Amino acid sequence: MKPTDTSNPEYFHKVVDCQYACPAHTPVPEYIRLIAAGKYTEAYMVNWESNVFPGILGRTCDRPCEPACRRGRIEEEPVAICRLKRVAADNKDDVKAFMPAIPSQMNGKRVALIGAGPASLTVARDLAPLGYEIHLYDEHEAGGGMMRSQIPSFRLPTEVLNEEVGYILDMGIHTHFKTYVSSLNEILEKGYDAVFVGTGAPRGRNLDLPGREEAGKNVHIGIEWLASVAFEHTHKIGKKVIVLGGGNTAMDCCRTSRRLGGEQVKVVVRSPFSEMKASPWEIEDAMHEDIPILENHVPKSFVVKDGSLKGMFFEKVMVEYDDSGKRKLVPVGEPDVFIEADDVLVAIGQQNSFPWIEKETGVNFDEWGMPFVDRATHQSSNKKVFFGGDSAFGPKNVITAVAHGHQAAISIDLYCQGTALTERPAPFTNLVSKKMGIHEWSYDNDVVNDQRFIVPLAEKKAALSDRKLEVELGFDIATAVKEAHRCLNCDVQTVFEKDKCIECDACVDICPTSCITFTLNGEEEDLRSRLKAPAFNITQDLYVSDTLATKRVMVKDEDVCLHCGLCAERCPTSAWDMQQYLYKVTKACH
Amino acid sequence: MTYIRPKFRHPDLPKNDLGYTTKEYEGSLSTLCAGCGHDSISASIIEACFELSIPPHRIAKLSGIGCSSKTPTYFLGNSHGFNSVHGRMPSVATGANMANRDLTYIGVSGDGDTASIGMGQFVHVIRRNLNMVYIVMNNGCYGLTKGQDSATADEGSKSKAGSVNPFQPIDLAGLALELGASFVAQSFSGDKEQLIPLIKAAISHQGFAFINVISPCVTFNNNPGSTKSYDYVREHIESTGKTDLVPEKTEILTSYESGTGTDVKMHDGTYIRLEKLAANRNPFDRMGAMNALQAARNRNEILTGLLFVETETENLHHTINSSERPLNSLLQEELCPGSLVLADINDELR
Repeated sequence: MKPTDTSNPEYFHKVVDCQYACPAHTPVPEYIRLIAAGKYTEAYMVNWESNVFPGILGRTCDRPCEPACRRGRIEEEPVAICRLKRVAADNKDDVKAFMPAIPSQMNGKRVALIGAGPASLTVARDLAPLGYEIHLYDEHEAGGGMMRSQIPSFRLPTEVLNEEVGYILDMGIHTHFKTYVSSLNEILEKGYDAVFVGTGAPRGRNLDLPGREEAGKNVHIGIEWLASVAFEHTHKIGKKVIVLGGGNTAMDCCRTSRRLGGEQVKVVVRSPFSEMKASPWEIEDAMHEDIPILENHVPKSFVVKDGSLKGMFFEKVMVEYDDSGKRKLVPVGEPDVFIEADDVLVAIGQQNSFPWIEKETGVNFDEWGMPFVDRATHQSSNKKVFFGGDSAFGPKNVITAVAHGHQAAISIDLYCQGTALTERPAPFTNLVSKKMGIHEWSYDNDVVNDQRFIVPLAEKKAALSDRKLEVELGFDIATAVKEAHRCLNCDVQTVFEKDKCIECDACVDICPTSCITFTLNGEEEDLRSRLKAPAFNITQDLYVSDTLATKRVMVKDEDVCLHCGLCAERCPTSAWDMQQYLYKVTKACH
Repeated sequence: MTYIRPKFRHPDLPKNDLGYTTKEYEGSLSTLCAGCGHDSISASIIEACFELSIPPHRIAKLSGIGCSSKTPTYFLGNSHGFNSVHGRMPSVATGANMANRDLTYIGVSGDGDTASIGMGQFVHVIRRNLNMVYIVMNNGCYGLTKGQDSATADEGSKSKAGSVNPFQPIDLAGLALELGASFVAQSFSGDKEQLIPLIKAAISHQGFAFINVISPCVTFNNNPGSTKSYDYVREHIESTGKTDLVPEKTEILTSYESGTGTDVKMHDGTYIRLEKLAANRNPFDRMGAMNALQAARNRNEILTGLLFVETETENLHHTINSSERPLNSLLQEELCPGSLVLADINDELR
């Protein structure tokens, strides 16, 4: 193998598994260390700069960082990254003073943002401090988009939402709420220098089965029903409720139903339990609230008697795989199952919908009705119009929308300044030694053995009787500090300097997880088979040095490195050093 | 400084025949200087015992005083240990071995502990052919007292302070050969590929097995001009050939071209496989080994690898006809057979 090029900013970035997995690339270990040090405000601002909504995401994020966490590869559970983020948000001081200043002299450019969800708000946050005049349009009476309309208050209190949306709206954003944009042409005619579309995936899929029309008012589309609850138009639901679908919206629907009078709420999914799309923790929370989940039940029909809904019929199925490995649901042959219901909530997916974008705007769509959008620049076929969030590439999640927002803001800024959109700024990186003395580091290098701590919940009876009572109580500070110590500091890199190495093997002997091997060089596959411990995880890189004096090379398997610093501590010549790597995605406003 | 090793290990560590990983053979975290050659020897002992699947509780590790003699704390944490008086490890090992021949005895000593204060003990334990592994971690200086020249420092070797050693060194491997040791090897702490098989072979050997391991003192004897530094040893090393220990159950399939290799059957049924044996090297030839050692020294080279082995050897138990069973398993009637037996013995003496 060729010697590893650590000057490539992505090499060490990839070692920080959590940060690499995060769509917005939030420097996770950096803020976790700040939390452990009691610096909540600083931890919050590290987050805010990167993901804009720490308090919201600390409660509702899809957490792609946690399955990636290295801790999950050496023991059962990853670090509770998401809930630590919330600790920073809950315990911070007033952060207004740290918010970017808005110039008194604007730059003369005007940008319209359609939809006030996380993507648009991120664009606003990045562009307003540069002097752009931002006009934000949304059909609802307040900003936040799906964070307000679809995420129930018992998961995300309105105050938290209002606070973090407020930080952005306070940047002199011109808001046009309760304004449904029905024509992109009209917006373009207003002479904006650029338009950003962040309208999400607003249309919930319907389920057209026999009896659907007769069942009428007792069958609700999940996201529409959640929005109607959020904006206080709906206050109750029947005693018996069926929720169709196995995603996170279904989980929110069933739990909300429990709080609006639903006593026998059941979630029914077509596929096996193990294939449900909802996050495991959301499924767990639903089951904790006494909501059974019935798997392998395909809905057949709605049963209506005397003008009112009585229930639904389901066909029991099982999973079979054909020769090509394709999954099929095959009826088991039992009689259809009847489940009683007063109301049915349909949460079987969301679709994009752009009835308001006219052909003549020059924004072109593919055969599935999705706009042609550049993956990197977010520009559409109309060079003035940019897309982000769910409306760009289909339904994802809040943190992805934020990442899109940052990139779209860069594009809009470059576009308005007349620069090529492909000339995107490189990420900010910094690599600094953590050496304090011969055997001392300025980071906490001891590896604690604690198992993941559990976030306490509000008492169930109280939680089910109040739709707005937050269920998760968050870590108290003592537990948060303990959980923070479980972080392995993967951003503190093991940096090897070949010329200093005397090949004494001290690092090989001390490494608790047998990551380091000195051996003759070879092709990657061959090298992986010859290491001190097998390197089966090919998603993790091998760090290979140049050839040493004995013609061998140093090979380090990054997979289960604990970043404990023992290799560097036992190195007599400081050929190994522990260096903190800070990687920040460059934003339009930095 | 970190004193506690994290408890996590690589999840895919290989397991030996007992189902153990190397974790079960580790000791506590070393407090020797960073980069000390001794730590590599400790790691090699751990690996050798792991690969031989010896139950850790069937091993006794013994040492004297010095940096080298601290190392038993850093390996085989689940084994028996005895940190004895300076230079007196052979006596304690002899006593322990006489009391229980079923354990594996690994003695660890340094150049001071062996070639100076312990010389009197060293030569006699060789002479008696005690069934043990005797490893000298040889760094040519007194590391624990700031690096004065030891008795194995080469003439002309320069210390860190700049003084040149005027005395002839004691060649421990040569001495062991001269005194009739039944297994003599020499190695380098920075060459685990050679050292681990040698330790395995030494453990399998049913007699006195001596390994002199050059182990650089990274703090006091790793300077230019020293003949025991990492750089000097790497530049002047000469190997007798590649050694490997083949377990009993492995069928011997390789046929060597004449002069390129040989399999040596050990008393316990295993084989030492000597590959790429240097020309004219015969591992059973004591005189040849002594000559080769001397010739290498004349060329300013350090001869490493297996120098000599005598597989059919009578160790001390055999010589003095000692108890085959450990003393701690003998019952009262065996230890104290009664007045009738005593009367018989007394009659014989009349």
